[in-house]
Amino acid sequence: MNTVIFAVVVLAVLGAIFGLVLAIAAKVFAVEVDPREEAILGCLPGANCGGCGYPGCSGYAAAVVKGLAPVNACAAGGEAVAAQIGEIMGVSAGASVKQLAQVHCTGCGQNYKQYHYVGLHDCVAASKLPGGGDLGCSFGCLGLGSCEKACPFDAIHVIDGVAKVDEEKCKACGKCVDVCPRHIIALEPYKTKRHVTIPCSSHDKGVDARKVCDNGCIGCSLCAKNCPKEAITMVNNLAVIDYEKCIGCGICAQKCPRRLITVDGKVPEVKPAAPKAAPKAAPAAAKPAAPAAEAPKAEAAAQPKE
Amino acid sequence: MDWTNLFTIALGAVLINNFIVSQFLGICPFMGVSKKIETASGMGLAVIFVMGLASAICWPINALILVPLKLTFMQTVTYILVIASLVQFIEMFLKKAMPALYEALGVYLPLITTNCAVLGVVLQNTQNSYSFIESVVYGVTGGVGFLLVIVIFASIRERMEFSECPKAFEGFPIALMSAGLVALAFMGFSGLKVFG
Repeated sequence: MNTVIFAVVVLAVLGAIFGLVLAIAAKVFAVEVDPREEAILGCLPGANCGGCGYPGCSGYAAAVVKGLAPVNACAAGGEAVAAQIGEIMGVSAGASVKQLAQVHCTGCGQNYKQYHYVGLHDCVAASKLPGGGDLGCSFGCLGLGSCEKACPFDAIHVIDGVAKVDEEKCKACGKCVDVCPRHIIALEPYKTKRHVTIPCSSHDKGVDARKVCDNGCIGCSLCAKNCPKEAITMVNNLAVIDYEKCIGCGICAQKCPRRLITVDGKVPEVKPAAPKAAPKAAPAAAKPAAPAAEAPKAEAAAQPKE
Repeated sequence: MDWTNLFTIALGAVLINNFIVSQFLGICPFMGVSKKIETASGMGLAVIFVMGLASAICWPINALILVPLKLTFMQTVTYILVIASLVQFIEMFLKKAMPALYEALGVYLPLITTNCAVLGVVLQNTQNSYSFIESVVYGVTGGVGFLLVIVIFASIRERMEFSECPKAFEGFPIALMSAGLVALAFMGFSGLKVFG
């Protein structure tokens, strides 16, 4: 019995002594941290996402105080945090363009499965299988939610078999971009006005793309031809937007025969031929209006050709 | 003081019974931080430091508290307690007193808390019934052995970056194989004897 009591007492006493020593040491050896560092840490989101390239939020705060990191490097905090940090450091934040993760798939290929997948509920695991998963389309979203698990902000969710980004919550940290085995998520500059996206990653030829998806890009290049700013290029049977050039006019969305291109997250209604008054009223609108008149014709021509 | 005895202990800890390659202790930091020579040597230095201090502190605790009270069965749990708080203490002390060294050791210092080689060295001190001086020598030279092997291995891995190996062996598999070869090479020291 004595042994048990001794054992407990000795360990408790030793633990208490070490605890006390550590507590005293914490006071005695306390290092004055630059108060700015703690202030910066206070206004950072604290998600430790690593999007800035430093190990966690504290690492970034230390780097900012040392002058190694720009004040607007925190993608998660956005402009608001950049402004706060700028105030603490006494420099102006400068405008950082808000970015947003964008899933380049509509999920309309979910009805075209190659086989029934019953394995691990994880895209990376599924993508190792023959055919790269059960999806007929070899480019689309597998919908098993690897991005959902990776997201530190609960901003991406698989809805109806395809990953959808919550624009409010997304901080553009890029975690989902890295984890997606299909590489269909990308960070895009998010314009507050009109944000045009081509939510498809298929490099298949038109015929093959039609077989596995209801509205995937068939590479008809109508959008590229009609873009007034030449912001859309065809890369290997897929239309890609150059956001440096895109003005958000949405003509491409009007032209798309597959009704794929979205403006501000929605597929716009195809407008009927523009009324004649429009060109007079606004000369700037003349350009978009003219091709819009050809819309039904072009669409009709495109359909049988493919 | 018997210098030959100390030399034997030191030689044994560094080469013959090296902690990594013949006792297979401390493999996690060995594989984890051996990608670059720079980080590997930082880790090695931190291990020397902590192993020496842990030996020095655990010896009196064992000799003055555990043995008189017949509590030697509590060695493992007590040593873990000592090592964990010691590492914490050292971290705080270095941060204040030697910021340069603290920066150099960086993240490796707290990592050592979970390094089984440190627990191994203090347990072996007791098992071999070393004296205080012998314990400290064994601890420090055990750390030196760790440093030696991890730096050798890091330089091998740095070269391996540029060599082609079969796809299936890329990354950790080839690293583990080379670790095995390093261990085999160190087996050559097993016949070494010091005559005094």
